[in-house]
Amino acid sequence: MLRDVMGKTFRLLGYTIQYGCIAHCAFEYLGGIVVCSGPSMEPTIQNSDIVFSENLSRHFYCIQKGDIVIAKSPNDPKSNICKRVIGLEGDKVCISSPSDFRKSHSYVPKGHVWLEGDNLRNSTDSRCYGPVPYGLIRGRICFKIHSLLRGI
Amino acid sequence: MGKSEYITKRYMMRTCEVIEMSPKNPEQKIIKRVIALEGDIVKTIGYKNKYVKVPHGHMWVEGDHHGHSFDSNAFGPVSLGLLHARATHILWPPRRWQKLQPMLPPERTPLHSDQE
Repeated sequence: MLRDVMGKTFRLLGYTIQYGCIAHCAFEYLGGIVVCSGPSMEPTIQNSDIVFSENLSRHFYCIQKGDIVIAKSPNDPKSNICKRVIGLEGDKVCISSPSDFRKSHSYVPKGHVWLEGDNLRNSTDSRCYGPVPYGLIRGRICFKIHSLLRGI
Repeated sequence: MGKSEYITKRYMMRTCEVIEMSPKNPEQKIIKRVIALEGDIVKTIGYKNKYVKVPHGHMWVEGDHHGHSFDSNAFGPVSLGLLHARATHILWPPRRWQKLQPMLPPERTPLHSDQE
């Protein structure tokens, strides 16, 4: 009787570990569902929207200008940011904030990208903390799930 | 709980050799020693500013062979998100088997440390 229970427990544990590993690999290398918070990507992505992000583009280095990406925050490795890629390495970008009177430009250094939120007035992005290393990008957002359910 | 855990991690991280994605080339991993963490002030060798205060969420890494190393003295402070792993042992070639000791060269100590 006890051996039965122990056997079942170990089998359950085995299945849990197997599915846990598969889920971890899927989230790490393929993609996953992300809940976005904050106003910096309005009107494209609203607060508490649910989106699907894929990680294959990052591994094959085909992130392009105009993609919305999820990256680790440069100032806090534990939190993520969701912004649009405005410039890749070598591109000329405008680095001044909207409140600056004179516009200044610079080139995005090698191995970095320039990220900006769609809601330029209310977004802390590369205009505040500078170009973001490509290695911090975690994935690219493909589509919004919440909007699909709403039928918009 | 959150703050004290982070401070313990900071103490462990300082002076270790870490493997990280190169900020200049995301396909490459580089291995350097952590000299300073956020809040420390570092005296640099050959960087554009003589003294650098490491910003929040960043670290300052240097190779042990100064002058021949592509490290923070070339590309500045590195974001902690690029950190990949900590190097603990050398496995190959067999004559170089050893444990890598966390050790800060005395002439490279940060000038002012937030830790103290």
